[in-house]
Amino acid sequence: MNRNLKDTIVEGITGVSVLLIIFIIVSILAITIVGGWPKLNWTFLSEFPKDGMTKGGIFPAIIGTAVMTIIMAVAAVPFGVITAVYLAEYASEKSVVAKTIRFAVKTLAVVPSIIFGLFGLGFFIGFIGKNMDGLLNGGVLKWGQPNILWASFTMALLTLPVVIVSVEEAIRTIPREMREASLALGATKWQTIKSVVLPGSISGILTGTILAVSRGAGEVAPILFTGAAYFLSTLPHSLNDQFMSLGYHIYIMSTQSSDVDATLPIQFATTLVLLLLTFSLNAVAVVLRYRIRKRAK
Amino acid sequence: MNEIKVKVKDLSLWYGTNHALKSISMDIPEKMVTAFIGPSGCGKSTFLRTLNRMNDLIDNVTIDGEVCIDNINIYDKDIDVVNLRKKVGMIFQKSNPFAKSVYDNIAFGPRINGISQKSILDEIVERSLKQAAIWDEVKDRLFNSALSLSGGQQQRICIARSLAVNPEIILMDEPASALDPISTAKIEELIHELKKEYTIIIVTHNMQQAARTSDLTALFYMGDLIEMNRTEVIFSNPAKKQTEDYISGRFG
Repeated sequence: MNRNLKDTIVEGITGVSVLLIIFIIVSILAITIVGGWPKLNWTFLSEFPKDGMTKGGIFPAIIGTAVMTIIMAVAAVPFGVITAVYLAEYASEKSVVAKTIRFAVKTLAVVPSIIFGLFGLGFFIGFIGKNMDGLLNGGVLKWGQPNILWASFTMALLTLPVVIVSVEEAIRTIPREMREASLALGATKWQTIKSVVLPGSISGILTGTILAVSRGAGEVAPILFTGAAYFLSTLPHSLNDQFMSLGYHIYIMSTQSSDVDATLPIQFATTLVLLLLTFSLNAVAVVLRYRIRKRAK
Repeated sequence: MNEIKVKVKDLSLWYGTNHALKSISMDIPEKMVTAFIGPSGCGKSTFLRTLNRMNDLIDNVTIDGEVCIDNINIYDKDIDVVNLRKKVGMIFQKSNPFAKSVYDNIAFGPRINGISQKSILDEIVERSLKQAAIWDEVKDRLFNSALSLSGGQQQRICIARSLAVNPEIILMDEPASALDPISTAKIEELIHELKKEYTIIIVTHNMQQAARTSDLTALFYMGDLIEMNRTEVIFSNPAKKQTEDYISGRFG
């Protein structure tokens, strides 16, 4: 075959692949926006679902998702930052402990999200919750059932690798000279971490937090068995209440509704809200990351 | 000659299997300037960093021998490295102020030592900046970022920052190598002032700088201490041929 022809074919195939991907993304966005935009208004955002969830809004799902991601961040970020500090500052690069943690973090990152859901069900609800009830409430069921706390903790496990990786990356961009300056002044290692390393890593910690939040906000599988509810007529009042979530709401609307066709606009609009939420969070993370990279150079 | 402040006995250091310092022994007098010269990779910076145990931070370093400061071996196992580093300050080749205000840079050391009273901190900041001959240049922008200052000013901020913890010895690792001649002159002037109160040990690859600033000079080559003597002797009448070759620019 003629060389020029081969080049043309390769160029054609790669070009078509790129176009296909762009086409898919544009279609998703276009269909979601066209389908969801007319429905998207203040009433939709601020009302409870009505009439067997065929009318009304998604207010409890927005609040549920927000509260769940906040609790998740409060649990995952400190835990992730502490682990990252250990990996970057204390563990020797070649030590068995560091290698084991890194392997665990990588493995955690590739575990399918439904497995986290099952783990949460077994560990938080079946083990911790049940035992808490046994010890604190004389066996009365209070914590040994799905709720927003266990769902958030399960989601925190899922997002932990994201936090650890971003924070460790940021800690490693702090120049060695900065640590040496602090240590040479007689600072202890912990004082150096607290006053020099962590303040310098703040944008990495933020990036990790936002990536974790945007990942956690959209995931459904981990909260399926651990706290998400089909429909609730009230918002969660305490940590042992169940909650509604945007991702789960889309799933319910499209598969479990009494009248799936009637809920189509709600599905589109809910999807649009979720997409806008995760896209904007990701955009913030990209900007922060860009700033860290610039500093690293 | 003043009293001996630092006494080094048979100090050897290995990076892995690389023998970087070979049985160095020397006496460093108090309140004088001692300069270490030698070609790149000769071990002068490594040796400097053994004096406040900065090499402890590097993996795979083995150290053998003694470094006595005020007759106490700093490599004894019950030595508190944190206290040692308060006593032995260090200025680095690349100025490294923290990304904080001028004030917070200087107050960093006192604060980690538990001083939080504002009047005391104010006093320490002003005194340290004056000692480092930079007070007049920064007194109106104490709360601006230290990173907004010029390179020469940043290096003097670093010197002030180290003075704020009341060290007795100041180690300087090529403190002026990244600076222009005017800033260099200011640093050298400052070294001359500081030796009235502090023992100063400076690493430099600039032989004129060693000649101008130091009372004693030590030449290192390939991990060995070749010769150490009063600076004017080293530069006018060295005992070793190697020293003469180096200072006259025939190698290194």
